[in-house]
Amino acid sequence: MKTLITVILCLLLSSLGFAQDNNNEAKKDTTKLEEVLVISRRKLSNHRQEKTLSSIDDYLEKSNKVTMIKRGNYAWEPTINNMASERLVVTIDGMQIFGACTDKMDPITSYVDVSNLEKVSIGSGQEGTENGHSIGGGIDLKLPSSKFNGSGFKSGLDLGYETNGNYKATGLDLEYTGNKFFISADGIYRKSDNYDAGGNEEILYSQFEKYNISLKTGYKFSETQSIDANLIYDKATDVGYPALPMDVSLAEALIASLTHYYKPEDKALKSLETKLYFNTITHIMDDTKRPVVAIRMDMPGWSDTYGFYSKAELMKNKHHFTLNLNGFYNKSLAEMTMFSNNPSEPDMFMYTWPDIRTLYSGIFIKDDFHFSAHETLASSIRLGYHNNKIAEEVGVQSLQIFHDTVDDQKNRFLVSLASAYQLKKENYNLSVGLGYGERAPSVSEGYGFFLFNSFDNYDYIGNPNLKNEKAVEANFSFKQNFNDFEIGIESSYFHIMDYIIGEIAPDVSSMTIGANGVRVYTALDHASIFNTYVNSSYKLSERFAINGTVGYNYGKGNDGENLPLIKPFSYFAEFNYNTPKFNAALQLDGNGNQSNYSSKYGENETADYAILNLNLGNVFHNKFGKTVLKYGIENILDTKYSTYADWNNFPRQGRNFYVNLSFVFP
Amino acid sequence: MKLKYLLPIAFIALFFSCSTDNDDNTTIVNEVEGLELIQTIVNGNETIELYNEKGMFETGYNMISLRIKDNTTDSYIEDATLSWMPMMQMPTMEHSSPKSTISKALGKDTVYEGFIIYQMTNTDGSGWSLTLNYNIDGTDYSVTETISVMQYENQNTASFMGSDGTKYILALIEPKDPSIAVNEMKVGLFKMENMMTFPVVEDYTIALDPRMPGMGNHTSPNNTDLTYNNADNFYYGDLSLTMTGYWKLNLKLMNTDDDVLKGEDVTDENEASSLYLELEF
Repeated sequence: MKTLITVILCLLLSSLGFAQDNNNEAKKDTTKLEEVLVISRRKLSNHRQEKTLSSIDDYLEKSNKVTMIKRGNYAWEPTINNMASERLVVTIDGMQIFGACTDKMDPITSYVDVSNLEKVSIGSGQEGTENGHSIGGGIDLKLPSSKFNGSGFKSGLDLGYETNGNYKATGLDLEYTGNKFFISADGIYRKSDNYDAGGNEEILYSQFEKYNISLKTGYKFSETQSIDANLIYDKATDVGYPALPMDVSLAEALIASLTHYYKPEDKALKSLETKLYFNTITHIMDDTKRPVVAIRMDMPGWSDTYGFYSKAELMKNKHHFTLNLNGFYNKSLAEMTMFSNNPSEPDMFMYTWPDIRTLYSGIFIKDDFHFSAHETLASSIRLGYHNNKIAEEVGVQSLQIFHDTVDDQKNRFLVSLASAYQLKKENYNLSVGLGYGERAPSVSEGYGFFLFNSFDNYDYIGNPNLKNEKAVEANFSFKQNFNDFEIGIESSYFHIMDYIIGEIAPDVSSMTIGANGVRVYTALDHASIFNTYVNSSYKLSERFAINGTVGYNYGKGNDGENLPLIKPFSYFAEFNYNTPKFNAALQLDGNGNQSNYSSKYGENETADYAILNLNLGNVFHNKFGKTVLKYGIENILDTKYSTYADWNNFPRQGRNFYVNLSFVFP
Repeated sequence: MKLKYLLPIAFIALFFSCSTDNDDNTTIVNEVEGLELIQTIVNGNETIELYNEKGMFETGYNMISLRIKDNTTDSYIEDATLSWMPMMQMPTMEHSSPKSTISKALGKDTVYEGFIIYQMTNTDGSGWSLTLNYNIDGTDYSVTETISVMQYENQNTASFMGSDGTKYILALIEPKDPSIAVNEMKVGLFKMENMMTFPVVEDYTIALDPRMPGMGNHTSPNNTDLTYNNADNFYYGDLSLTMTGYWKLNLKLMNTDDDVLKGEDVTDENEASSLYLELEF
């Protein structure tokens, strides 16, 4: 492993050594750079989506690399390379933000809506470390960039309705763009009742209601400098989680940022972007809607983050450097109060996250070295200092019940390295990459106290003495065109050392009534995760195209046990018909039988399934602007199914007719 | 006109005299600071003051501080020797309770201290009296006064018949202020030799199994059985408490030969031991 670090460092240094080459081709290559930076990029233009009002979750699920873990019909948790939240870094335009729910009922993606965003950047593995340390990858939800193009007043209205769950969505956006000043506001409201699984089976507690408003304004001082301020307020109420024993009565986020842009002309420094930000999340779980519970409880959680980053882009000869200096301070606190069924007994209280403060500061340097017309060597390094502190004295003492030594502070030094070679030719692309990364344990893994996981039915106890999790990664992708036929393969392999996972603590009694026992976070010596996808597309005619994907994933620990939440064999096929004013797509989406399930972590065999979807869209132009109509049927055959990523195998939506109508007024 | 000069002088004199008084007061340490007066017992020329943290006697372990005031000089006596005898008057008989000797409180001049474990009381707090015997400068004095002992809200003491035919009294002393942590648990164990004598029981073992009946009889890990400490004659063990609330500390008393004298294991079928103490926080 040391050798690998050396190799990557050498690659990084050697590429820096070539910095004096001529710069004639540097400009030409900048277009390609963006593709390197953003692995799976698709401009988040909601008019190109199947549904204009689809949620971020729906949107992310369309990506090859991303799978969403579902605990209900709302707030799905993204995974990349079969790795979930704690192994990913999910940011909103570079801003660190952490969910306030100890049971992962509020992934960051649930606090923004499509209307807030311009695009989503997904980086697989160590290519996703621009904003923080991760093992599996990074998701950056990009806010729209500032516009000073003087386009004046614009507005848009979106309306959506879906039959399954009586789901209603409305969106409104207004913007005014001047030459020196712009302001935009948008709001979105969504409400759904319980949905029906295949066979008209109502899934209780699958309702939700949320709204999101955002305000963005900017001012341009000069040709080179501008500033903008962004505010997002997101509030979800009455969110049901059919797969969990509790629902959510409130999930509320306020996300604020102030950004300064400096874009000098004709200098090596292309841009300097500095952001100050703050966000606060309140998350309140609720069991009052459940008629039968073993015990009533309140479980609120709070997460506040303050941070900054300063990001510079430099062009020098054939090099494109990205420098990112960032830091944040997070405060995570969650508590649980249980009300005894015996009224004479006092309430029972504990800190489930005992006010954990995380202070991080780090630097990221990336170099894209275009050493020939077709070849790029992209190397990056991130170094970070990570400090955790237990601010609540009781937190130290309560963890001492399980661990002999618990210090109230823990410092970690984290390193991420990545290097990738890319070759782009007329009819084929090739990319080979190596990476090494480390991550600190999440707040739950390090400091959680009796966090109930309904998936394996165990209470989890954090372990502040965990080592950093480390991964060595290799990835490969190849794409070849044969006229109208294109075939590609992409593959990643992760060898993860000190893989953090819960181990059963024998003879420890669970706190949650009815749980199987207690697991304490510990680490497997090593684990392996592998995935490979084959994509192909064939353009039958100007208007008609077929594309398909098959995927295979594998995950095992050194003890020979399967890792949990590893995607089984999957396939996707789509028939497209496109004209400028009409499009139609018939989709087949399915998974094979999940035979390599992890019984140790509460999984059972999930049966294979396949569903059919039909999506249709029309565009009309009239004197008032543009009207987009999207409509279709999801799960046409009303199949009753669940996937490996559905918490406790609760079934997904049955047949659903949807219609989305969007008006864009110039 | 003279008043004009006299008044300021008088004020200055007053001011200085007041300030010197204040200086004197600060040098007198209040030796019962943080304690509440339970009761005073007047006996001729002496007044005995009884203090503890709550200002009242309750069933269970009571740490008690005493002062003897000389009523003529209004000063506290520093070199007395004291002993005491609590007594419970029952309809047909009377009995005493486990208690310590009384000794001078560490680092204090006027305060004496000791403990009494009231194993029971009447619902109105009646039934108990306290006899204090003390000796000042070679003269013996004695006084008996009715005291009231209130029932503590939880079972912090247990008196029971062991399988060896002996009656025992067990009292919880620590944790006084429990937290979500591994708490040090301290109990006193006494044997009822006769109605008046309650010696300390040495070298037994008390097995500990804390449970929360309100949470499906949840228990905590890393508790240790209580063992005898011959330095202070109490029993000590580790008590892990994973959350606040009501805890039933199930116990099992074993003698030096490991014979179980009282108490049973907690199992799925047996929710609680017949020997237990209670804790709430």
